[in-house]
Amino acid sequence: MANFKPLSQIAKIIRSKNAGVDKITFDIIFPDQASYQLVRRSGILNRALIANLYNIPESRISDFVEFEPALAIKFTIYREKPSGSPGDTDIFGSQQYAPLLDLQIPVD
Amino acid sequence: MAAVPKSLRFLCPNGHLGFAPLKTNSFYLGVQSRPDFILADSGSNDIGPIPLGSDVSTSPKEWQYHDLEHMLLAARKLGVPMIVGSAGDTGTNSRVDLFVEMIQDIARNHHIPKFRVGYFYSEVNPDYLRRKMEQGERVAGLDGRPDLTLEELEATDRIVAVAGIHPYIRLLDLGAEVIIGGRSSDSVIFAAPAIRAGFPEGLAYYLGKVLECASFNAEPYMGKESVIGEITHEDVKVTAMHPDQRCTVASVAGHAMYERSNPFYEHVLGGTLDMSRCRYEQWDERTTRVTGPVFRASPEWWVKLEGSGKVGERYVGIVGIRDPYIIANIDQVIAWAREQVRERFGDSGYELHYQLYGKNGVMGNLEPSRHTPHELGVVVYGIAPSAQMAEEVCLIGTRQMFYARLPEVKGTAGGVAFALDEVMRASPAYRWTINHTVRIDDPLELFPTFLTEAGV
Repeated sequence: MANFKPLSQIAKIIRSKNAGVDKITFDIIFPDQASYQLVRRSGILNRALIANLYNIPESRISDFVEFEPALAIKFTIYREKPSGSPGDTDIFGSQQYAPLLDLQIPVD
Repeated sequence: MAAVPKSLRFLCPNGHLGFAPLKTNSFYLGVQSRPDFILADSGSNDIGPIPLGSDVSTSPKEWQYHDLEHMLLAARKLGVPMIVGSAGDTGTNSRVDLFVEMIQDIARNHHIPKFRVGYFYSEVNPDYLRRKMEQGERVAGLDGRPDLTLEELEATDRIVAVAGIHPYIRLLDLGAEVIIGGRSSDSVIFAAPAIRAGFPEGLAYYLGKVLECASFNAEPYMGKESVIGEITHEDVKVTAMHPDQRCTVASVAGHAMYERSNPFYEHVLGGTLDMSRCRYEQWDERTTRVTGPVFRASPEWWVKLEGSGKVGERYVGIVGIRDPYIIANIDQVIAWAREQVRERFGDSGYELHYQLYGKNGVMGNLEPSRHTPHELGVVVYGIAPSAQMAEEVCLIGTRQMFYARLPEVKGTAGGVAFALDEVMRASPAYRWTINHTVRIDDPLELFPTFLTEAGV
């Protein structure tokens, strides 16, 4: 049986923010190589998981990047409507990361 | 031109100047180290389309003045240039004028000896784009948008083009000691003086990229603190000025991806900064050194455009719900209220939006949680061509929730709790109509430059 830990207990920073007016970008930044590699190698975080988690088609994910200099995994999605349009709920896109916090990562 | 210096140091006290005031202690620590330039970006499109569309700042005048005053007094005392880009959140012409006037007021109030102020505009006349489009030129959509149509152009109230280094260099050449820029890419505010002084473009644009949000490139997280970037012919070094902050490899590399869909590339007018081969090293306790950024010039001038168009006047209502049966049937409650609006105003010509705090008020359709809350906060938005109609749309849409006809409801004296009797006037609703690029012949074409004076 594998042990699991929530992503929030492994990553140092988990955040979301506008990337321009039509996209929201998500940064997951790790405190060290070991934790970065643990999550990266687990393969848990990928386009399919993000699409499933946010209930969007994979075509709405514009970028998925592993960015080793910052020990980060990063992805970006197209917004349903541009930031601040009538009906938009988060002008800065800054509170869209919460579902990532409880992602269960196998740790052994 | 003077000989190329070995290095130049850039003090940046704030990112999105005006949105919150700069912190003075770390700023004056930076000033004491005698930087060669004092610079800040003042713009952001994070704030949504309303400030651009209605041509206002979202930053209070007092905070803008506060930051400009500290920067100007320090810059004039040191005798170094001060540069602010994307004036007043949006970089529209009125915001540039506002900042130039503030500089003149500050100079007068402090009896600063006369100095030259350069400024440039970034607004684009819609007719300019219409003519291009009628001649068959593309206004190409960014981020998955289709190319601009004449209909969307018609729906647009105000457009700014995003400047490159060029108007800044021109104003420095003209002898400007203070520059107030219209809408600009954040990085070019810093890159312009470095490139003009003879430093490599890749390092210069990288310098701007890493400094534009000030202390967001340092850790621990503390906004609005000063940082200093130093450029040489081999590297960029970035140092936190706040005694408790450090620019680390992680914080500096992490900043490269902040607010960007891709951490490796940054597009500006005239080319792309390629950061994919950047190397980051801890230089000293509070300084990180970066080498390896490369700038790739593009063969044509494609300028980014931002445009905002008005949707209508807007009113907002707020109600709360506690009855679990009503919460479970909230969709029917909303359907009832919508129907009452429809009976009064028909199917179109207005917008009515419900935001359900407690259910998916923050994430909308992205919300994965199906948890049932014990209470629900509902914000109702009514949008219509006139304020009077928007108020009535919103009022019906809010108040009729009270009267929703649910078959098994026990509470027959009102289905929602009112926090207020009335609905409230909000800012007009706007939307981003333009996030596009268009080809221009000359990088100064859309950015007329001007020189004036301040001081006594």
